[in-house]
Amino acid sequence: MRITRKEVEHVAHLARLHLASEELDLMTEQLDMILSYVAKLDELDTEGIEPTTHAFSITNAFRDDIVEASLEQKKALANGPDHSDDSFIVPRVI
Amino acid sequence: MEPYELTITEADTLLAEKKLSSDELTRSCLEQIERTEGAVCSFISLDPELALQAAAEADQRRQRGQGGPLCGIPLSIKDLLCTKDRTTTCGSKMLENFAPPYDATVVEKLNADGAVLVGKAAMDEFAMGSTSENCAYKIPANPWNVDCVAGGSSGGSAASVASGQVLGSLGSDTGGSIRQPAALCGIVGMKPTYGRVSRYGLVAFASSLDQIGPLTRDVTDSALMMQAICGYDRRDSTSVERPVEEYRSFLTEGLKGVRVGVPQEYFPEGLDPEVNQVVMNGAEVLKSAGAEIVEVSIPHIDYCVAVYYLIAPAEASSNLARYDGVAYGFRQAGANDLINMYKDTRSQGFGPEVKRRILIGTYALSSGYYDAYYKKASQVRTLILNDFRRAWESCDLLISPVSPTPAWKKGEKVDDPLAMYLSDIFTLSTNLAGLPGISVPGGFSSSGLPIGIQLQGPHFHEGPLLRCGFNLEKGLNLKRHIPSISV
Repeated sequence: MRITRKEVEHVAHLARLHLASEELDLMTEQLDMILSYVAKLDELDTEGIEPTTHAFSITNAFRDDIVEASLEQKKALANGPDHSDDSFIVPRVI
Repeated sequence: MEPYELTITEADTLLAEKKLSSDELTRSCLEQIERTEGAVCSFISLDPELALQAAAEADQRRQRGQGGPLCGIPLSIKDLLCTKDRTTTCGSKMLENFAPPYDATVVEKLNADGAVLVGKAAMDEFAMGSTSENCAYKIPANPWNVDCVAGGSSGGSAASVASGQVLGSLGSDTGGSIRQPAALCGIVGMKPTYGRVSRYGLVAFASSLDQIGPLTRDVTDSALMMQAICGYDRRDSTSVERPVEEYRSFLTEGLKGVRVGVPQEYFPEGLDPEVNQVVMNGAEVLKSAGAEIVEVSIPHIDYCVAVYYLIAPAEASSNLARYDGVAYGFRQAGANDLINMYKDTRSQGFGPEVKRRILIGTYALSSGYYDAYYKKASQVRTLILNDFRRAWESCDLLISPVSPTPAWKKGEKVDDPLAMYLSDIFTLSTNLAGLPGISVPGGFSSSGLPIGIQLQGPHFHEGPLLRCGFNLEKGLNLKRHIPSISV
């Protein structure tokens, strides 16, 4: 086994997902299969090879520091599932 | 011939000569949608009234002698491109009622050109899938055989163009999601170089791989739509500031001096013999047009699936963290604290494939596994890039299959994620290396399903790729037609 049910449960918590018991069984089985497949990367010696994060890299795409109009508050709130006139409403945090 | 059967280029000519109005053309497409949508299922949302209004405006612009080639042309757009005040679902329950407050840059560009946006095309949820069967709303069918998949993730885009519902479409390609459905539906699909088209307003899946591109009925139309959408945009920090070439000027006959590479690894034993034959025939056609055929090697192709299915989920797990039921989208009611609200919302809002990829990605990035999975995959990505760099020393572009097989039956691979992932083998490397690629119709299987041919080139060589695709199309001289769709 490359990944256990318990590890999948932990990863699900990190990813903020609830998995029902059957879903957890199925995901464990499928993730194990996928991770066993990707283990073929271990065949390759990558010692000293620089990782690529972007195939065509651009650094520091800065714009001039000039104030521009941005999304108005009312529009920014409009898609929120629960909101007041000036903020999003969420369940208790503390 | 009915107006909906025209290419964009043909329609543009008729519109310019006042032999056809955009109103007539748009109504012809809307009627074709009425006739076929029950079987083809390309659209998540349709807006005929807005389309006819846009058509009327386009006709006025044309009357005044204004408007470019897309003015008055009915198009569909994949439902992950933000459309101001028009629902953008990404094929997910999570964004069922999401109406973006702004247009994507490409949508702005199409609107400015006077294009008629008919509706939003069906797709795999958050573009994760190879058949569009992971769509929360509709599963598009292959217009050539409605029991088969249209491909994915831009399956609705491809099906809408192939079935005559619209003349062209915009999709997005993260691992083949434009080229593969185009191939399976018998049309042209182009994935531009990473950074060539602005991703602003494209709902992010894997940000280092995503790129927007056109799906059209021929290569000339592809060049035309590319012209409309390419270019620098300061709102996308990965957009490349570089002049856009005049793509149509590349569409000339003859390929003298062009070296076409045949990468042996793309023709493994066990490749579908009909696919093999179609691609080999394509190489012969290019040779007849004057190209030189050379054998090349992309040794690490066999590792692409493993690399991709670590990097793309890793990026996705980060990008999709934003769907937490707070600022937009779905929220599951009932939780009495914040963490459980997040969990309930994400568990109810996402489908199984999206959850699977979020889990893989979260695992690959998690403490203790980062080096073994994410870093390792990123290093092998470098080896793949190096393979292509070496290949460009001996050839100008590569010819290969797009999909290992023609379209398969709906339901066939849905329970086997790994088999589904392996079907992407020939398209993933293009995205990992950030290259441009195009899928051009190459022929049909014995069961009457389309087979595509893929061309890949060096960064920003869209022009030469279009020229090669144009010559392929001319040389093959396949009769273009809209399949009759059994409802």
